[in-house]
Amino acid sequence: MEKLTEKDVSPKILQALMDAESNITIDEALENEMILNMGPQHPATHGVLRLLLRLDGETIVACVPDLGYLHRGYEKLAENMTYYEFIPHTDRLDYISPMSNNVAWALAVEKLAGIEAPPRAQYIRMMVAELARIASHLVAIGSLAMDVGALTVFLWTLREREKIMDIWDILCGARFTNTYTRIGGVANDAQPEALKLVKDFIGKIETNLDECERLVNSNKIFVERLDGIGIATKQQAIDFGFTGPNLRASGVEFDLRRATPYLFYNEIDFNIPVFTEGDCLARYFVRADEIRESAKIITQVLDKMPQGETILNQPKKVLPHKAEVYSKMEELIHDFMIVNFGINPPKGDIYSAIENPKGELGFYLVSEGEGHPWRCKIRSPSFINLQSIPHMIKGHMISDVVAIIGSIDPIMGEADK
Amino acid sequence: MQELIVSKLKENFSEAFISSSIYMGDLSVNVDKKSIVKICTYLKEDKEFEFQLCEDVTAIDWAKTKNRFTVVYHIFSFKHKFRLRIKADVDEKDCNIDSVTSVWKTTNWQEREVYDMFGISFNNHSDLRRIYMPEEFEHHPLRKDFPLMGIPGSLPLPKK
Repeated sequence: MEKLTEKDVSPKILQALMDAESNITIDEALENEMILNMGPQHPATHGVLRLLLRLDGETIVACVPDLGYLHRGYEKLAENMTYYEFIPHTDRLDYISPMSNNVAWALAVEKLAGIEAPPRAQYIRMMVAELARIASHLVAIGSLAMDVGALTVFLWTLREREKIMDIWDILCGARFTNTYTRIGGVANDAQPEALKLVKDFIGKIETNLDECERLVNSNKIFVERLDGIGIATKQQAIDFGFTGPNLRASGVEFDLRRATPYLFYNEIDFNIPVFTEGDCLARYFVRADEIRESAKIITQVLDKMPQGETILNQPKKVLPHKAEVYSKMEELIHDFMIVNFGINPPKGDIYSAIENPKGELGFYLVSEGEGHPWRCKIRSPSFINLQSIPHMIKGHMISDVVAIIGSIDPIMGEADK
Repeated sequence: MQELIVSKLKENFSEAFISSSIYMGDLSVNVDKKSIVKICTYLKEDKEFEFQLCEDVTAIDWAKTKNRFTVVYHIFSFKHKFRLRIKADVDEKDCNIDSVTSVWKTTNWQEREVYDMFGISFNNHSDLRRIYMPEEFEHHPLRKDFPLMGIPGSLPLPKK
């Protein structure tokens, strides 16, 4: 890492960095202070996050994050395309759990249009959302362990995640960018073959996760690098706007699956893991426990999943079956209208949020009665969770920064939108 | 809960309260932008409501001459598990609104995003800089008069 001069840094960012309040006073601070640029191409910043650090020796006095390296303007794009066309773009928000984003978008548009998917589709959505949570947390745990030096865990958790990718491959034909949900249902029914794979995976995930945990949980280096680092107290966590595992690691029992139940989560029995310490270690434990809870949820979902339709039969709002499009005039007209002009939900605005692996993913949609949204705001959890970094890393060492970023688990595709 | 919030707001802020509506189960209240901080402080501090979490701050560009923008807040109460939407109209000629960072710290970046994307400035904001676009950028991309393809020459490109 090289030392920056003032010319290399945008003057306004530098000014913000110098203005950032710091209550740390160290002897002869001015003699030792330096500005260090971390990222955007830093392996431990999980994407293109850039942090400008003001250092005293190796201690961080102040920090200013700089975002926008992955800004693609999805909110602007959404205003210029139909609700159907935006589904593939949601994959690219939180690209570690695309299924979850698909579900969030579908639920938001359905709320706006005043329709509801058939029960089987909703159960399938719950199953894929929980699988996405497991996949995302596996990556989070693995990369956190890798950031603090335990490489094996990363390989093992990614091996588990690969099995989820295989399930998605069979379920919807894509491994990474799934685009599985549709307005009013899911793209295709879950085949028995896919469900069997899910069952096998759920049966083994606990023992496999235990194995991964045994590598690090009693490893002194791992624990000491996370224990007591980057503490966010209960009140701080709420002030930062934390949601998801980060909030629950600080002792707030808040989970949208319980607080404002969507799909059929109110019929499912599961616990919400809560830790009170609020440090990096607690955030790691919360994620590990959530994987176990998600496995429990999927087991119940598989038991309860009813037979039946997987997409709503309402041709004015939902794309009709292809067989009907080719054989009936009405359906052909509706298909043409939906593809070309969109589903035209009534005038109004809604906010719909689901519990994504990273936190609360919300969509605020404003419809003017046209085929495309007038305004689409993506409330992405990573963006808001990242805001806490300057407060959390103050007074810590540079090596702790990677642990704190890893434990917050930001995804820049989502933070930069 | 919905009636209680509306009646309390009407009672305590009769001048600032403009209207309320319920759509698809979401309650939203329109208020005057001058009292936004007072209303937010009340909703957060009042023991009856305790809207501790500000989930989202955003804006809408209506592309019209009067009250062109609407700033939208989504707040959540852990106590009642209830979400409330607050809207305040902002005119293009007087394109600013008071910052609520003193009430909810988390709105810091979200207000910066609104400033970046819509050009609405937030009074008393401690660090109002652009968040996504480069500092040298002159336009506000989410305004309706900003074309989807961008404005040629608005970002410096490498010389040929």
